[in-house]
Amino acid sequence: MFLINCPYCGERDQQEFKAGGEAHIERPKQPTELSDDEWAEYLFMRKNIKGVQFERWNHAHGCRKWFNMVRDTSNDEIKAIYKIGEKPPTQ
Amino acid sequence: MTQNLRVKSSEFIDETNRISFKFDGKTYYGFKGDTLASALIANNVHLVGRSFKYHRPRGIMTSGSEEPNAIVQLNPNSNITEPNARATEIEIYEGLEASSQNCWPSVNFDIGGINNFLAPLFPAGFYYKTFMWPKSFWEKYEFFIRHSAGLGKSPTTKDPDIYDHRNIYCDVLVVGAGISGILAAKNAAKNNFKTLLLDEKNELGGSTIYETNEYNKINNNLASEWLKKEINELKNIKNLEIKTRTSVAAYHQYNYLLARENLTDHLDKKDKKNKIRQRLLKIRAKKVILATGALERPLIFNNNDRPGIMLSSAIKKYSNFYGVACGTKNIFFTNNDSAYESALSLYNKGIKVEAIIDIRENSDAKIIKKINDAGIKIYWSHTIVDTRGYKRLSGVSIMKLSNDGTSVTGSKISISGDCLGIAGGWTPAIHLYTQSGSKLTFDEDRKIFIPKTDTKEQISVGSCGGDFELDEIITNLNYKLKNFLNINKTDFEGITLENDHETSKRNIWLLPSDQTIGKTKPFVDYQNDATAKDIKLALREGFRSIEHVKRYTTTGMGTDQGKLGNMHALGIIADIAGVKMGELGTTTFRPPYTPLTFGTIVGRNVGEFFETFRRTPINDWHIKNKAEFENVGQWKRSWYYPKEDETMHQAVQRESKAARESAGILDASTLGKIDIQGSDASEFLNRVYTNAWSKLAIGKCRYGLMLNEDGMVYDDGVTTRLGENHYIMTTTTGGAANVLGKLEDYLQTEWPELDVYLTSVTDHFATASLCGPNSKKILNKIIPDLDLSDVNFPHMSFKEVLIDKIKCRIMRISFTGELSYEINSPASYGEAIWQKCIEAGKEFNITPYGTETMHLLRAEKGFIIVGQDTDGTMTPIDLQMDWIVSKKKYDFIGKRSLYRSDTMKEDRKQLVGLLTEDPNIVLEEGAQIVSELNQKPVEMLGHVTSSYFSPNLNKSIALAVVKDGKNMMGRKLFVPMENKSISVTVANTVFYDEKNERLNA
Repeated sequence: MFLINCPYCGERDQQEFKAGGEAHIERPKQPTELSDDEWAEYLFMRKNIKGVQFERWNHAHGCRKWFNMVRDTSNDEIKAIYKIGEKPPTQ
Repeated sequence: MTQNLRVKSSEFIDETNRISFKFDGKTYYGFKGDTLASALIANNVHLVGRSFKYHRPRGIMTSGSEEPNAIVQLNPNSNITEPNARATEIEIYEGLEASSQNCWPSVNFDIGGINNFLAPLFPAGFYYKTFMWPKSFWEKYEFFIRHSAGLGKSPTTKDPDIYDHRNIYCDVLVVGAGISGILAAKNAAKNNFKTLLLDEKNELGGSTIYETNEYNKINNNLASEWLKKEINELKNIKNLEIKTRTSVAAYHQYNYLLARENLTDHLDKKDKKNKIRQRLLKIRAKKVILATGALERPLIFNNNDRPGIMLSSAIKKYSNFYGVACGTKNIFFTNNDSAYESALSLYNKGIKVEAIIDIRENSDAKIIKKINDAGIKIYWSHTIVDTRGYKRLSGVSIMKLSNDGTSVTGSKISISGDCLGIAGGWTPAIHLYTQSGSKLTFDEDRKIFIPKTDTKEQISVGSCGGDFELDEIITNLNYKLKNFLNINKTDFEGITLENDHETSKRNIWLLPSDQTIGKTKPFVDYQNDATAKDIKLALREGFRSIEHVKRYTTTGMGTDQGKLGNMHALGIIADIAGVKMGELGTTTFRPPYTPLTFGTIVGRNVGEFFETFRRTPINDWHIKNKAEFENVGQWKRSWYYPKEDETMHQAVQRESKAARESAGILDASTLGKIDIQGSDASEFLNRVYTNAWSKLAIGKCRYGLMLNEDGMVYDDGVTTRLGENHYIMTTTTGGAANVLGKLEDYLQTEWPELDVYLTSVTDHFATASLCGPNSKKILNKIIPDLDLSDVNFPHMSFKEVLIDKIKCRIMRISFTGELSYEINSPASYGEAIWQKCIEAGKEFNITPYGTETMHLLRAEKGFIIVGQDTDGTMTPIDLQMDWIVSKKKYDFIGKRSLYRSDTMKEDRKQLVGLLTEDPNIVLEEGAQIVSELNQKPVEMLGHVTSSYFSPNLNKSIALAVVKDGKNMMGRKLFVPMENKSISVTVANTVFYDEKNERLNA
């Protein structure tokens, strides 16, 4: 059970949060211009890394804000948390 | 019964408090402070159960939670009986009743014991191998296997006890109150850390507290005496909370631990009443100090499982702590010095020790001299090759070990005895450490897994950290604590320590016998009857991974999770496979450390508190009017309102007719409502719904369909424009929270430039939906000054009105195809408004209807229910709702996916209507649809999604998804059922009032 430092509320129990999958996958601005393969790449393809992964999280039972997290999926260490729109930290 | 083995009064046992209890129907006596195990041993009862597979007689093996054999059924004759309780952990109380498990008719005469003689027929993987052929016979085999499998019996009625959960936050959590844990907790608390100390036993002090070894001294006192003074001082320390009888079950990430606090199990029956039995502690600690100690290992030799064979450390505890001798003629078998301490303890109490068998060549520990002085015979370099005695040990045979330890030589010596203490060394209790995600390292020299790292948040101290001798325990503890707590000094710094040192070591995982392995039974996992032979077989058959060997042989899979034998299993595998144990790794230690009751896990969340549920503001009226309820998401919705003896079918038919013929009223408060405001609200709706929203006039309503980005229908509902920059969206009842979440996601992460704010107002409004040709007249009675003409208040429009000074929003929208008005009032006035509608509607026989009638009425009109007629694989095109997908809009959520090759396929499953040939047959929802009856295998074309008997059409109607259904209008298909097949015809999805004339009737 993680202890997650919501950038708006502070440290809270994982129960209050919802994981939202891989981060920094931007919705294409002009979807109609994309081929089926390009659209499928956006829609379905995820890295699912063992190791350091950039993820989206939502403080669903709190402030309802989305934010980003850098997490090592092999040991669940949360390396960084930053707001949407902020630059991801370099490792 | 005489307590013939109670040898000495013990300070830990209250001999003035005599307690009677029953075991296997017989009454025995013990004292307050005894466990069931110690009381049974005091009564010279060792045989307490039969083993799982071979039904071999088994006795008490340990004195703690690692016990594999002495697992008993509590309250065996009650329907709230509890299986698999460890006799070594049950504190006896007046009225305790327990019985053996795994035996029939009795532990002394067990028919299953024949399995022992059939043992050659039951190798590892026996069931997998034997019951494979013929395949179709499995069901027959299974019946018998299930009957003989399993441990204990389950309770048959509801658990009457109360359980509880509690959240705890602390700076420092110390797990284990042995000498390390006590010193750690004391120093943490003294340095202003809010500290919690937990121990699974009822007494503090671990194994040091009953230590009598005079070579272990602190400040020139016996270690036990010194520790007692330390424990005494704990009372005066602030910031320190101590919980005994509390076992940590799980250690999750970020120092989140679960512990079970046992509150009443040790109390007399009468004192248990109305008290919380067990409490689950949910602990979040800033720092965790693991002081979980070590478990003694058995030795693996032929027939090492007879009643009377016990861990050497357990014999010492029974003697020193409980004042009970485990036997009258004791033998010890060891590979280290600790057995000598146990032997000396017995000797000093006048209990006979016959011999000590040691696989080592010698030892220069000081205690050896004491043993020699006592005249106890030591057999160096010897091993036990066999044991005797069926229901109780009667003796052992020993032989000299070869130099390489793989065989025996010389002649057999026979030693008689009724109790054998085995000492195979110590395994640090690293279970919680590994659960936390931390990694182990293997100490090749000492053959133990120890914690690899200490961190800022977690350390392992004492023997669980690999420190076994008093001086290294205290010295390392002092050093570790100062670093961990960032303090300059501990209060035990500078104490003088004296102790014996073990220098001689020898470890043999599987001890040889004079017989071939095939003829021996060296048990590795006592509870699951897995022997070294089984492990060898598994390796011979090609299993290499420890996880595979574990599952094939079931080693380590019992309720004790192999706390005793897992290391030996690893060692034997490593020896045979010729790899290093460190490379082999361990199996995963999963929570809970010891089993938890279901009661503890669920706590107070039982019965009506099992799940949170929501009631509408009109709920009381529904109850008064005898509604039956249905669960929709978290909501309790009225399902139908039976009159007198009406069945559900009769009630629904009546309600449905009334709604179409005169007037009906539905509580629609549960629909999700999202208030949308901001200058970009219209643009936002354009992007989330498939249809266009920019031109919707203020005061008008529009139905919208929302897709997922993959093009599949996600939700639907009517949205009303309340003002220039203000909308109210309704969602499906079940989808409300997810829709809000999804919209927030897009707003925050994809379109942060939009000026839009979302607020859930589902609970703020109550909704009464008035429906039917007379609904206009009823509404007119309630609000006489509102012009209800079609010109002023047309279909799909909204008015804000006052009803008795209560501000209400009325939407003229319809989910039934009838003229309808949805009256939204502030939630607290919901029931009053509803009541007003009922009063006003009396003369029109207004009929309240529930969700079932609502479903029927909308099905007559072919309106979909998202989640019933769709399942996440339906596009709007599949639903034949092409009309709602804007061709003009550049983009909306899911648009691009509607043009993927897969979603554009002609023969996708599509929503159609189905009419049965016999109009009285109602199809079953979920039934499969085929085009051929006599074909095998037959293609499943789709399934029925909604099906009802329509009273208004006087025939059965259904909606279904059918492959290529759009091109099948009028086709005959079949719905095969168990005993018959039903002929159906594909039809239009709209069965009633196709021209929508009734909306303005």
